[in-house]
Amino acid sequence: MIRTALEMLLGDRARYFGLVVGLAFATLLITQQASIFTGFTERTASWIRDTGQADLWIMDTQTEFTEDRKPIQSNALQRVRGVAGVEWAVPMYKAYIQVRLADGTRRNVRLVGIDDATLAGAPPVMLEGRIEDLRQDRAVIVDARDVNDALRLTRGLNGAGPRPLGVGDRIDINDQDAVVVGVAQRSVEFFWDAVIYTTYSRAVRMAPRERKLMTFVLAKVSPGADPEEVAQRVAAATGLAAFTSQGFEDLSKGFILRKTGILENFGVTIMLGFVIGVLVAAQMLHNFVVENQKSFAAMKAMGASNGYLLRLVSVQVGFAAVMGLGIGLGIAAVSGHFLEQSGLAFRMTWDVVVLGAAGILVCCLLAAAFSLRRVLKLDPAVVFKG
Amino acid sequence: MSAAVAIECRGLTRSFGSGETIVQALRGVDLQIHAGQVTLLVGPSGCGKTTLISILSGILRKDGGELRVFGENPESYTERQRTAWRAHNVGFVFQTLNLVPTLSVEHNVALPLILQGMATREAFARARAVLAALELADRAGIKPGKLSGGQQQRVAIARALVHEPRLLVCDEPTSALDAENGHRVMELLVSVGRRSNRALVVVTHDARIYSFADRILRMEDGRIVEDSSLVHQP
Ligand SMILES: Nc1ncnc2c1ncn2[C@@H]1O[C@H](COP(=O)(O)OP(=O)(O)OP(=O)(O)O)[C@@H](O)[C@H]1O
Ligand SMILES: [Mg+2]
Repeated sequence: MIRTALEMLLGDRARYFGLVVGLAFATLLITQQASIFTGFTERTASWIRDTGQADLWIMDTQTEFTEDRKPIQSNALQRVRGVAGVEWAVPMYKAYIQVRLADGTRRNVRLVGIDDATLAGAPPVMLEGRIEDLRQDRAVIVDARDVNDALRLTRGLNGAGPRPLGVGDRIDINDQDAVVVGVAQRSVEFFWDAVIYTTYSRAVRMAPRERKLMTFVLAKVSPGADPEEVAQRVAAATGLAAFTSQGFEDLSKGFILRKTGILENFGVTIMLGFVIGVLVAAQMLHNFVVENQKSFAAMKAMGASNGYLLRLVSVQVGFAAVMGLGIGLGIAAVSGHFLEQSGLAFRMTWDVVVLGAAGILVCCLLAAAFSLRRVLKLDPAVVFKG
Repeated sequence: MSAAVAIECRGLTRSFGSGETIVQALRGVDLQIHAGQVTLLVGPSGCGKTTLISILSGILRKDGGELRVFGENPESYTERQRTAWRAHNVGFVFQTLNLVPTLSVEHNVALPLILQGMATREAFARARAVLAALELADRAGIKPGKLSGGQQQRVAIARALVHEPRLLVCDEPTSALDAENGHRVMELLVSVGRRSNRALVVVTHDARIYSFADRILRMEDGRIVEDSSLVHQP
């Protein structure tokens, strides 16, 4: 039966090709868009993942996402440290602030102040200099992507042309003098403003005067303690919001998806891929069935049961679906590789593959249900008609 | 004439449609068909020939009357049982052949065996044996569309016979062929189809092939109006 099914299917090359191409196209649409969507949403939490030393993020209860600054009182740090199950806790400053580069280029950047003593909250990779260099006078660390972008010296210094900001360059941060001592590499983020790292105490000194200055408390839970439980205890003890890294990630993602309409936009494209898939598959399968109507009728006359024909067409549809899915996924993966290299967010996770497979499966089931009715209702007596 | 009775029917009726547009295709057919004989069914267009063989072969249901085919009554079966019964007992040569264009010649011929549930490999081997007997061995692997009309007709005959059915029904097997090819096809059909345990029913308009018949039944307006047994001359 399987051999018969496949030979029938493959016997008509053009039609088979059309069916597979249609399904591959639908797969491509669904999985590529879903991958870009996944990539985008993952980037909304790059910051949290880059700051991997901490288990818990403690912040104001009204904070909605990673860039949302609702400062808390500095005594929060002591209170968090007092909660059972907290191994250590450090302060973090994170706020938008005005900077002016030496050539006069003005930018809004995110100034990040990390704990002076432990340097916990540092960027994941240093390309130039060492993180400890932050302890030098007026020291700041900048990001490798930013120095070619937002922190580029666009006007050039002393008559020289534009160039990337580098170690040794000075930056004016809110009228305070700072000097670049290192270049770090962070993951690509959803947000695009440059990030400048310094120590917590220096950040607080550079920042505009405010009653409250601390943005987050980062905490590590004791070995063996359950982060979720400790987070609940911290929240209860401080009256602040306390999230595990994953919890904060979900909060940020959810907020950004809601605010930007990203979910709806990608959802529409993914649905479109699905609809195209259904239509193409239905049309092609329908053609296939109509084309083979006489053959199916003859087979019925010769003793093929409805069950047999059902299995026959199912094998044909399943085979075409697997081929289409494979080709579509392949093209999506390869094109995604290049998209990623050109800087676009693209993450083809297993979820995406499963979504694509499920999408194509449903496409084919719908399409098959539509054309199989025709096969089942076929009257074998038509074989005697001319 | 002592051949066993293969098919027997009495008062067979069948109509299509209803109300004012009703068509009485069969108006009471009484008939005995013997195994080991070539029975020709002739008559003007629309007289009910196709309807009759459709019922005899278990494809179409009758409205009234009695029917026994090899002692069985396929009318009493469920649709599923009838399908299985056809798979084991009936071979067909359709007027339009209905070879599956995307399947190879040997695969087409093997179909009735595959539909009976035989393993594909064995079905193919048998199909090739039958094709060899019909001098089509070298065509086994190609698509039917690449064959001449006469060759396609022989493939259709191979397919009708591969599973050794007890009843072989052919609807206008020669109408699309010229005189010479029609003659050859009938020769073949009679030589391989006439077996003591098999009934061969051929519907035809083609007077050129009457000489192959053991018996000719003439239909008119839904009834058998003439039954002539001939002495067959090989
Ligand atoms: N499925 C059907 N629906 C309606 N009428 C039908 C159907 N099948 C056959 N008929 C009618 O029944 C009558 C007998 O048809 P049948 O096909 O048996 O004739 P036939 O002797 O085979 O004719 P031909 O030599 O043209 O093939 C015709 O009037 C035909 O129009
Ligand atoms: Mg007819």
